[in-house]
Amino acid sequence: MAETKSLIGTQNKKGQTYTDPRRMLFEAPRTPSFYTGSEVIKEAIRRASCDVMIAYPITPQSEAAALIGELFAEGYIGDYFRGESEFAVMSQCAGAAFGGARVFTTTAGPGTMRAMENFPMWAGARLPIQMIVTCRGINSPLSIQPDTLEISYLMNTGMLVWHAETAQDFFDWILKGYMVSEEPDVHLPLALCCDGFFVTHTKDVVQLTPADMCLPPYDPYRSPVPCMDMECPPVRMMRDPFIMKSNYISYATHASWQQEIWAAVERSRKHTIAWLDGLIDAENTDADIMIVASGTAVSQGREAIRMLEDEGVRAGLVKVKTLRPWPGEEIREATKHAEHIFVPEFNVTGWLAKEIRATVPNSDRVHAGPHVCGGMTMPPEIIVSEIKTTLGMRAVSLAGRGS
Amino acid sequence: MSKERIKIAPEFFDIMPPEYQDLVQRATYGKEDRGWKDIGTAKELIEEHSLCAGCPESMAFRYILASLPNPEDTVMVGSTGCTSLVFPMVAVHNIHSLFGNQNAIASGLKRALTVRFPGKVKDVVVLAGDGATVDIGLDMTLQAWFRQEKFTTICFDNELYANTGGQESGLMRKGFVAKMAPIGKQFEKVRLPEIARESGCHYVVQCTVSKPSVVERVIRNAVFVARELGPTYIQLYTPCILEIGKNSMEGLQEMRDSEKPTERFAYKEFVSEPAKQFLAELAAKEKEKKAAAKQLASQEA
Ligand SMILES: Cc1ncc(C[n+]2csc(CCOP(=O)(O)OP(=O)(O)O)c2C)c(N)n1
Ligand code: SF4
Repeated sequence: MAETKSLIGTQNKKGQTYTDPRRMLFEAPRTPSFYTGSEVIKEAIRRASCDVMIAYPITPQSEAAALIGELFAEGYIGDYFRGESEFAVMSQCAGAAFGGARVFTTTAGPGTMRAMENFPMWAGARLPIQMIVTCRGINSPLSIQPDTLEISYLMNTGMLVWHAETAQDFFDWILKGYMVSEEPDVHLPLALCCDGFFVTHTKDVVQLTPADMCLPPYDPYRSPVPCMDMECPPVRMMRDPFIMKSNYISYATHASWQQEIWAAVERSRKHTIAWLDGLIDAENTDADIMIVASGTAVSQGREAIRMLEDEGVRAGLVKVKTLRPWPGEEIREATKHAEHIFVPEFNVTGWLAKEIRATVPNSDRVHAGPHVCGGMTMPPEIIVSEIKTTLGMRAVSLAGRGS
Repeated sequence: MSKERIKIAPEFFDIMPPEYQDLVQRATYGKEDRGWKDIGTAKELIEEHSLCAGCPESMAFRYILASLPNPEDTVMVGSTGCTSLVFPMVAVHNIHSLFGNQNAIASGLKRALTVRFPGKVKDVVVLAGDGATVDIGLDMTLQAWFRQEKFTTICFDNELYANTGGQESGLMRKGFVAKMAPIGKQFEKVRLPEIARESGCHYVVQCTVSKPSVVERVIRNAVFVARELGPTYIQLYTPCILEIGKNSMEGLQEMRDSEKPTERFAYKEFVSEPAKQFLAELAAKEKEKKAAAKQLASQEA
C-alpha cells in the first residue's frame, strides 16, 4: 500500500510544494492576473496535483482541454490523452479513478449528453472525478452557444453539481472541489458547471494562489470502497451476483446503495459550507423582491438590482452556488420575507425555478423567468422589465427602445 | 499485492468464512508456474458461479484465472452480459462498469496504475462478450488497440447476445435466425481477429476452450506480450448451449466440432515480429530455468 505519511512541505517533480489546502486557499498571498476562463482552468489544474486528464474537443471547452495538454507536456500531469468520444472519455476517466488516480476532464452540451450513462455509474462507484461542464445548447438545430439545459440532466445522477458565476469561482472551486469530493464520507464525482463563453472566453482579473504551491496528492486508500489496484485483498464483495438475480437481497442491496449515494451528497454539505463559505451568498434579504439565480444569471441579477435601485425599487439577491447538495434551508431562510421571487435562467425549461418552487412555502411567489435560451444574452433590462411588469409598474421593453 | 496482505490475524482465523481461509491457505498467488493443473487443488481464484449448468464460459473462466501469470497484481475489467454474473465471485480486483466500455475503462485503469506504480508490473485483462466487444463497444475496442494500450482483451464469443435472450450479434454466423434477426442474420461473422491484427494487436489467437493447456498457453503469452509490447486479443468460442439448444453435457463436443481445421473456430494465431522475438526469448529463458532446475535436482539426488 502507498505511504500514508503526509507529504505536506515536500516537493513534487516540478518543484511545487505540497501545501496544506487551507493555507494555500485561504492564507497564501494571491496575485491578480488577467486571464480567460479557460486559462484559469489551466492555472487551477497546474496547482491540483492531477494524475490523469482525458480530453475530447467540443466548443467551448476545447481550449481549456488543450491548455491542460500543455501542462502535461510541461510535466505537471501524470498522463493525458484524447479519447475517441465523450462516452469513451468518461469511461476512461472512470478506469483511471478506479485505479486510484486523481482525475480531471471537461466537456460541454452534446458531449455531456453523449456521456450520460457514465455519470450515475461514476457516482455509484464512488469515483471522485472532477468534470468541468462549460454549458452549451444541446438540442437541434445545432448550436454552440451557451445554454444551461444540460445541468438539469446532471442534477439527478448522484454527482455533486456546482454552478460557477465567474472565473474566480472556477479557480477556487476546482481546487476546493477536490477537497470536498475526496472526503471519505463523500467520495463522489463533481460536475463543476459554468455558462460557456460567458465565463470561458471572457477575460477577467482573477486572484491566483502562488504557482509553486499545489494540493497534496490524492490518497485512494481513504476511499470508502476498495481501490481497484490489487493492493488490498480482493474480497468477494457479493456471494450472489448483483442486480441480475431476482432475489430480495439484491433488490435491497441496490436500493440501499442508491440511498447511500444520496446520503453522501447530503454529507458533502458540511464540507462544502466550510470550503465555499456557504452554499449560497445572499444580500438584501429583507427586501420584498428577491432574485434567485445561479451561474452568470447572478451577475445579470446583480446589475438589475442596481438599475431597480435607481428607480426606487429595492430588491435582494441569492446566488445559488451548489445545486447538489441543494441549499433548500438556506434559500427558504433568505427568501422568507420576499413577496416575489424571480428566477432568471439561461435555459427554456426553468429547472432552477422548479427546484425553488419545490423548496419554498407559498410557491406562488416564485416567478419562473425571465428565460433566455439558445445562447442569447440576458440584458439586465429584461429582468428589470419582468419585475416591474409583475409589480404593475410601467416597463419599457427593449424592442420599444429599438435595441 | 504480496501474499502477506491477505494473511489473517491468528485470533480471527476461525471466524473467517471458509472461502477466505481457502484463499489464504491455498490460493496460488505468487506461484510462478501456476497453471490449469492447479485447478482442483485450490479454488483458482473463482468461487462457485451462477451461469447455466455446463456453460462453457464457466470452464473458460476457470482456465483463464488459473493461467494468469501474475494474479496478485492483475486487475480485470468485465462488461454487462453473462460474464458479469461470474465476476462477483472472482478473487482478483475486477470492475464492472457499463455495457461495451470495457476497453475504455481498461485504458484509464492501466494508465493510472502505470502512473501510480512506476517500476512495478500491474497487468490489466479485459473479458467481455461478443456483443460488448464487437457491437456496442467496437469503437472503444479498436481505439484501445490503435492507441497501443498495454492490456489483453479477451472476447467470449458465443455468437449471440446470451444475457438478453439470444439476439443477433456481429460475431453471429450469416443466416442464423435469432431474436431480432427474424429472417436470418444478413451479414458475415465479423472478422475481428484479422481486424485486431490490422489494428495493431501484437498477439492474436482465436480458439475454443476445449483444451485447457491451449488456453493456458495463449493467456500467458497474451498477458506477457501486452505487458511488454502493446495490445493483445484472444477470441474464445464459448458456445451458449442454452440458446443453440444443447444440453449441459454437449458444450465440449460443440467446441470440438467447431475447431476442426475447416470449421469457423479452427485455431488461428497472428504474432507480430517483435512479439515473435519476445516470445522466443521468453521460451529460451524458460528452457534455461528448467535445465538449471533439472541439474540441481540431479546434483541433490
Ligand atoms: C446501454 C445498454 N444497452 C443494452 C443493454 C442490455 N444488455 C445487457 S447484456 C446484453 C447482451 C450481452 O451480450 P454479449 O456481450 O455477447 O455477452 P453474453 O451475454 O453473450 O455473454 C445487452 C444487450 C445494456 N445493459 N446496456
Ligand atoms: S445463457 Fe448461454 S452463455 Fe449465458 S450462462 Fe447460459 S449457456 Fe452460458
